[in-house]
Amino acid sequence: MRRAIFFPIRLFIQFFEGIGAYTVLMVSVFRSFKHWHHSFGFTIDQMIYIGVRSIPIVILTALFSGMVTSVQSAYQFSSWVPSWYVGSVVGNSVLLELAPMITGLVLTGRVGATIAAEIGTMRVTEQIDALESLSFDPVSFLILPRVVAGTIMFPFLIIIADVCGVFGGWVAATTTMDVTTYEFIKGFRTWFHPWDAWFGLIKALTFGFTITSIACYQGYYTKGGALGVGKATTMTVVISCVSIVFLDYLLAALLL
Amino acid sequence: MIKVLDLQKTFEEKHVLKGIDFIVNTGETFAIIGKSGSGKSVLLKHLIGLLKPDAGEVWMDGKLISAMSFRKLQQIREKIGMVFQSGALFDSMTVGENIELALKKLTKLSGNSLKDRVIESLASVGLEGTEKMMPAELSGGMKKRVGIARAIAIKPEYMFYDEPTTGLDPIMTDAMNRLIKKFKIEEKITTVIVTHEMLTVYDVVDRVILLHEGKIQFDGSPENIKKSEDLVVKQFITGDSTLLSQE
Repeated sequence: MRRAIFFPIRLFIQFFEGIGAYTVLMVSVFRSFKHWHHSFGFTIDQMIYIGVRSIPIVILTALFSGMVTSVQSAYQFSSWVPSWYVGSVVGNSVLLELAPMITGLVLTGRVGATIAAEIGTMRVTEQIDALESLSFDPVSFLILPRVVAGTIMFPFLIIIADVCGVFGGWVAATTTMDVTTYEFIKGFRTWFHPWDAWFGLIKALTFGFTITSIACYQGYYTKGGALGVGKATTMTVVISCVSIVFLDYLLAALLL
Repeated sequence: MIKVLDLQKTFEEKHVLKGIDFIVNTGETFAIIGKSGSGKSVLLKHLIGLLKPDAGEVWMDGKLISAMSFRKLQQIREKIGMVFQSGALFDSMTVGENIELALKKLTKLSGNSLKDRVIESLASVGLEGTEKMMPAELSGGMKKRVGIARAIAIKPEYMFYDEPTTGLDPIMTDAMNRLIKKFKIEEKITTVIVTHEMLTVYDVVDRVILLHEGKIQFDGSPENIKKSEDLVVKQFITGDSTLLSQE
């Protein structure tokens, strides 16, 4: 009974302890910026891993997201909505929501889980202690390169997702429906606002920082052995997904 | 010289170290023994500044390292070699790169002299020609020896070993003890070893402390520990699990 009463209180305290520890770690990351040149090589390696190696999965998910948006919007249009509106729906949906959101969620699994598992394993096998004993600052050696690489590379991935999503929508519209290329482009251009694309890029920056920083935090504070690494990885995916959805709403409410 | 004064550490509700005091003299080989979970590795991590105490002080060569910032500790760590329990080699780097990383950070070596130091360090632990191997390709004993090579490569004044012989077969244990002795004699390094192995204590060290329930139960030479009438000490050195329950 006592445990049941204290459980929510303990959970509440743990939540704020977590926020505090995350903030302290991020302050250390920002402080270690002045030594960024020491970890420049590692940052490039991480940019290749997070950015370049994620391109295939980003293309694939964006392509199908665009295609399904195209098919479903055409399905919902009744006879009084002109078919060229498909282009506008695909354009707005992909640029504003689908490309950043779906790419963010997919990369939470691919990038976030990997970072948490890597750093968590380094923690439980004492590799982080070894780094420190060799005078390396683990924050600027391990965390800074990953957070910087994620924040820089996510916008590029979202640009690729934007292009592929719209392309997928066009392919689906012109091959499976009665929409011509001219009509699709007309629809796309009619309701296109450059701010929508910029808004997607702002989301990308935010998601890139959020996913990589949460993953680094979870990995860095991993406790225990393999079980701890598994827990850190799961927590990374869960917290990142919830954070992305929350930030998606927050940014829309603030900037649109 | 290392001086530890009234060191205390608590993790959540567990009071691991309850006031530890000892001195390790320059050139001495010093062992910390005790049951699993008695706080040996925690104590060792305090000695190199990886953990901060809740109370008490750790001094090294007249400098209070327990209250030092990370930047100041970096200077102290240039003269420290640490060998971790599992070797703690960086998985993504080859054996050679593991040692180079330490040398690039802590010494001014570069080019051929850096490569030569890597080869020399690996040769000193009997692992010539393994520079291009990945840690995953090495056995447990080899990983520990590469860990020693990485630590010894920077020519440290202090060496810290965390359970260097745990999990090794008797032959490898003997080889490891010989290595520690060799560095102690040839390089005149002040050495602190955390171990369970009484063979290592009898064979290698000058002085030993036994940790029990967060305090020092015994402090003396390996010869004296054999003669101790203290039941906790006797139980540990004989490995007789029934000794205390008989009392």
